[in-house]
Amino acid sequence: MSEVASKELRIVGFLCNWCSYGGADTAGVGRFKQPTDLRIIRVPCSGRVDPMFVVRALITGADGVLVSGCHPRDCHYTDGNFYARRRLEMLKRLLPFLGIDGKRFHYTWVSASEGQRWQQVVTDFTKQVHTLGPMHQK
Amino acid sequence: MRVGVFICHCGSNIAGTVDVAKVAEEARKMPGVAYATAYMYTCSEPGQKEITDAIERDKLDRVVVAACSPRMHENTFRRTVMKAGLNRYFFEQANIREHVSWIGLDKELNTKKAIDEVRMAVEKVKRNKPLFSTSFKVNKRVLVLGGGVAGMQAAIDCADGGLEVIMVEKSPSIGGMMARLDKTFPTVDCSICILGPKMVDVAQHDLIKLHAYSEIAEIKGYVGNYQIKIRKKPTYVDWTKCTGCGLCMEKCPTKNAYDHFNFGAAPTRAINIPFPQAIPKKATIDPEFCRQFVKGKCGVCAKVCPTGAINYEMQEEIITEDVGAIITATGYGLMGIENFKEYGAGRYPDVITGIQYERFLNASGPTSGHIIRPSDHEEPKTIVFISCVGSRDKSLGVPYCSNFCCMYIAKQAILTKDHIPDSQSYVFYMDIRSPGKGYDEFTRRAQEEYGAKYIRGRVSRIYPKGKKMVVRGADTLLGTQVEIEADLVVLGNAVVSAEGAAQMAEKLHISYDTHGFYVESHPKLRPVETNTSGVYLAGACQGPKDIPASVGQGSAAAAKVLALFSKDMLESDPAIANVNINTCVGCLKCVKTCPFQAIVEDTLRNGKKVAKVIETVCAGCGVCTSTCPCGAIQLQHFTDNQLLAEVNAICQK
Repeated sequence: MSEVASKELRIVGFLCNWCSYGGADTAGVGRFKQPTDLRIIRVPCSGRVDPMFVVRALITGADGVLVSGCHPRDCHYTDGNFYARRRLEMLKRLLPFLGIDGKRFHYTWVSASEGQRWQQVVTDFTKQVHTLGPMHQK
Repeated sequence: MRVGVFICHCGSNIAGTVDVAKVAEEARKMPGVAYATAYMYTCSEPGQKEITDAIERDKLDRVVVAACSPRMHENTFRRTVMKAGLNRYFFEQANIREHVSWIGLDKELNTKKAIDEVRMAVEKVKRNKPLFSTSFKVNKRVLVLGGGVAGMQAAIDCADGGLEVIMVEKSPSIGGMMARLDKTFPTVDCSICILGPKMVDVAQHDLIKLHAYSEIAEIKGYVGNYQIKIRKKPTYVDWTKCTGCGLCMEKCPTKNAYDHFNFGAAPTRAINIPFPQAIPKKATIDPEFCRQFVKGKCGVCAKVCPTGAINYEMQEEIITEDVGAIITATGYGLMGIENFKEYGAGRYPDVITGIQYERFLNASGPTSGHIIRPSDHEEPKTIVFISCVGSRDKSLGVPYCSNFCCMYIAKQAILTKDHIPDSQSYVFYMDIRSPGKGYDEFTRRAQEEYGAKYIRGRVSRIYPKGKKMVVRGADTLLGTQVEIEADLVVLGNAVVSAEGAAQMAEKLHISYDTHGFYVESHPKLRPVETNTSGVYLAGACQGPKDIPASVGQGSAAAAKVLALFSKDMLESDPAIANVNINTCVGCLKCVKTCPFQAIVEDTLRNGKKVAKVIETVCAGCGVCTSTCPCGAIQLQHFTDNQLLAEVNAICQK
């Protein structure tokens, strides 16, 4: 494994198609530079994110998981993100019981126009995961 | 399974920071990949031909394109694979431009990330199922929200195209902001003279149904089939009887009601018709000021009304309209000036806003077109205009330019000279922004021909001195302090989103930005579409805009609706939820969580209770899928299997 590759950690992102995926696109179009650890999975709505996806990612090899959707009250599907918020908040509190540091998981809201905010979210979360270090012995 | 992978260079956009040849080479090693190549511009015609040729030549049955965002070109490539005979859902796009090449500097890391993105897409596409649209009927009626110039243009164009139009306007008359203007730049054309005929067209068009003084209570449904509940606010005047004679307004004893139409430039009566050209020209009672409502007795208007139209007991009314598309033209608002303590706004009556000044200039305004100082009703001789009051000020949360203030201030300076030949106008500006056709010439005319003195700099303080207002500011070109003793100060206050814009967006399920302006589907190429199909934008609800731009957008939105309605049937999005009746245990949790009431209880022939999805109502959010305890309800194209395959592609490599 090359030196660079060993430095990078595995972060999985679940982004809703309408807001955060668009926000990440806006960040790209604006050339807002970000760490490259994140791999993005597009979902229609943050409400589609089953907490089990997050757990599965963390126990099978991810060092961090980020979920991002539309701001509360601005959901493309009326209230999918409210379901997401309830489930993900619960998950965040449950993770320590599974022996996983809750800081490895973060959920947030980024709209399609907030490219700069997306850059900040990715940078901050990547930094946070790097402080915790790799989760799995490679 | 034979997957074909096509890596796009996108010129140097991707190839500049991603080793595309390496990505293609790695893709070839992925299980199931039969063919992988890198191409200069995959979206170009020869690029698409490359895909169709490869599908035929290498017997591909799945396609992955690694290029820009799927929000950009997913439909392009879906059409491409369809042309080659594949189901359009046998395609996945890996985003290696916006999410990789444009945000990372390190070519090695970018290449690694791009390979991962391709691996995820390959794993997903291998699990994709063919999906087929069903078609449904379109209700060819259109709802236009807002009766400003953008909404009126949209309504007239739609109606001329043969569509039935429902227009909803929240104030008692259509006309919007433009109806309040005296003249328009850069032609100094009379605003109401060019707007009036359009307003009459709206009123008289057989296909346009106008609901004035009404609001949207609820929006249900989807493109082609919306059910709209409209709340008709009580006017306390029976509009079927009111003739607009104005006798009530003349006799009303309450003379201090707030004049919404004139932005409080002068008080009005508690029962009023907003302006002479109002459409509909009907009276409305403002219960906040009307003595009948405040004190419980008066009844003067009811006594004088020759047709007996006054009805103090009137209640709001909810009416339902079914439409197939919605054009949102809800306009803008203006920032309150009370916050500008340094300008004494709100405290000194002679510090007013641009729109109030516009009303003083207007012949149908509160002073019949005579410019006066609100404090003593004298004619002002020295008038100071201040631009960027709030605009381009990050500290106030308005980092953007309000678009048309520079131009209307130049216009008002010109009109001031016309009204009062011995007057002198001063304009404090940050930059003069006049990029439209004939605009720069116009601002020059204000200075050269009409003698307006333009001072580049900000005003620090305004304070009274006798009858005058002292405007103290900087002239940054001369590097000096300036003090002007003005009779009247006009503030070009910032354009903000309309009141209630966010709540409206939530009803429409469209996005809005941090300032409350609605977000278009693509900033360059889809400026009047939203991400919600069937909802279009026109005018300043999307961002500050002047009249020609608003009119242009109104027509553009109408063209989009006409194109949408040119078909009798629309194709549904087949990526909706689907219930596996064998594994469904009939707990019906999905029924409770579905935001669209798209899932109902169904009983099978053997008596088993299961959930059933109503195909046309399901919007494809997938909340049910993550709710179902046994994985029986699956959102097509985003099933647990497909998403977990993507997770595995990253985590278990």
